[in-house]
Amino acid sequence: MNAYMPYVLCMILFSIGIYAILSKRNIIKIILGVVIAEYAVNLFLVLVAYKVGGRSAIFSETQVILPESMVDPLPHALVLTSIVIGLATTAFLIALAIRLYGKYGTFDITRMRELRG
Amino acid sequence: MISAGIVPLFVAIPLAGAFLIALFKKIKGIPDIFGVFASGSMFILSILFLLKMEITQRIVYNIGNWGGFNEVLGKIVGIQLVIDGLTIFMLLIVNFVAFIVAVYSVNYMTRYTQKWQFYCLFLLMLAGMNGVLITGDLFNLFVFVEIASLASYALVAFGTEKRELEASFKYAVMGGVASLLILMGVVFLYSYTGTLNMANMAEIMSGSEQPALIYLVFGLFLTGFGLKAAMVPFHAWLPDAHPSAPAPISAMLSGVLIKTLGVYAIARVFFTIFGFPHQISIILMTLGAMSMGVGALVALRQWDMKRLLAYSSISQIGYIMLGLGIGTPLGILGALFHLFNHSIFKSLLFLDSGAVEYAAGTRDLKEMGGLSRKLPVTSGSTLAGAMSLAGIPPFAGFWSKLIIIIAAVEANHMKLAAWAVLMSIVTIAYILKVTRFAFLGALKDRFVNIKEVPVLMRISLVLLALICIFGGLLLIPEARAAFLEPAVRVLISGMGGGV
Repeated sequence: MNAYMPYVLCMILFSIGIYAILSKRNIIKIILGVVIAEYAVNLFLVLVAYKVGGRSAIFSETQVILPESMVDPLPHALVLTSIVIGLATTAFLIALAIRLYGKYGTFDITRMRELRG
Repeated sequence: MISAGIVPLFVAIPLAGAFLIALFKKIKGIPDIFGVFASGSMFILSILFLLKMEITQRIVYNIGNWGGFNEVLGKIVGIQLVIDGLTIFMLLIVNFVAFIVAVYSVNYMTRYTQKWQFYCLFLLMLAGMNGVLITGDLFNLFVFVEIASLASYALVAFGTEKRELEASFKYAVMGGVASLLILMGVVFLYSYTGTLNMANMAEIMSGSEQPALIYLVFGLFLTGFGLKAAMVPFHAWLPDAHPSAPAPISAMLSGVLIKTLGVYAIARVFFTIFGFPHQISIILMTLGAMSMGVGALVALRQWDMKRLLAYSSISQIGYIMLGLGIGTPLGILGALFHLFNHSIFKSLLFLDSGAVEYAAGTRDLKEMGGLSRKLPVTSGSTLAGAMSLAGIPPFAGFWSKLIIIIAAVEANHMKLAAWAVLMSIVTIAYILKVTRFAFLGALKDRFVNIKEVPVLMRISLVLLALICIFGGLLLIPEARAAFLEPAVRVLISGMGGGV
């Protein structure tokens, strides 16, 4: 088991998301692709902070905890922000999908061809 | 001397305006008044900063008073807001265009229902853009990029017709992927440097040998911000999204949004943090030359007025990228001056296309003709904008293109200079198509009864047209020293070092 394995898996997950965005015809599947890619980046953000055997960044009165043994708490704060932003994007995309379905009567992106040139 | 305490107002005022508009939407006139006053006060505030600041001064505001850790830890904890020459330069452009657009929208947006939603989203977008400009923290920059982008996706879909929804979906998916790539680049940089502050990052990057992975980070940032800036080959969303939005929003998107989220962010990241390595210079020049060519040549065969202008935006972004890529002080001066000119004349032309649509009800150039007799103000201001875009002396656009071409010659890029000259001739061709088919020729019968647009729209058109005509005056030494030089100095001082 390689120490880089989690990062590689994370990148594979990201590639799956990008693949779905690029190749799928159904709008909902494209949105799912965006969500998968987003989760891959969030996972990556948490992985960067991870330390083998690390513990949460809280000092205790009963035991001695060195700062070196703690995981980096900043990416955890960042990932929360990133998840909230992702929620907003996803909600907007889904609202658009509903309106598009109302106009075209289909989720198939290849049948939406008003724009050309 | 100016207090650092008022820096957060650049984000707070538009946010508060958006909130209050949503709160008082029922009262007639409130959305208009708040929209105009919020953007107008931002413009006045940026003028205040321009007048009061020393040339090399850098104003720093620590959010939540987390500033004291610099002495203890040796690195900055917490988010900093930073105002320097480049920030002031961009803030002035963004807030001026926003103010003009807000004034224009008072009359124009009566075509649509739910005007308050328009002003609400408009101010959110403005808050996001101002945030991108003033922040000194890389993750914070990503957050503000997302605020501005989300508001702009919604504004593109504002008409909620088939075209608008389709364009907005395309834009939102591509913009979403761009944001993810930017975030991934930020994470890579954070894991390497251990800080998110841009000034701290720059110190760490310049001090040490850099790992090979840095090229991956370059790629992530170039793709992410390149998608936001609509450089070729990342431009596919722009010709759909910009024409689909209401005309004032097209003016904001083409005029300032792609420059704030794209060009400014690229300049900040690659000049300030990475110290402008040689490879980036070559890549920016190549992408710039490609954007210039593709945008201009495709614009030639468009018949939809707004679509033609959208392709022209891609081409003009290419000029700005070329100037930045050359990387000499003259090249950067030309790029920034062209950025200023482009945001003025492209907003003007999009507002003009909106005025034509408002009066005549069409944007197809084949259906128009002879409108100059019925719409004297609109056609006059279009002519001023078109001449500035085409680079006819003494209009402002001529001087900036000239500086970029001279800089290319001085840096021994003869082929690029020749290419830029050639493409500016193509520019003249496609913009003459607009003036010829829309405003000259015989007046068609169906347009006999149309009237000139309302007074607030006329005022904003005339103001922008005047800047197009007299913008070249910014190059006289006194004006240049106050407005352009500090911005150029910020970028130059970030250079050196590199991979």
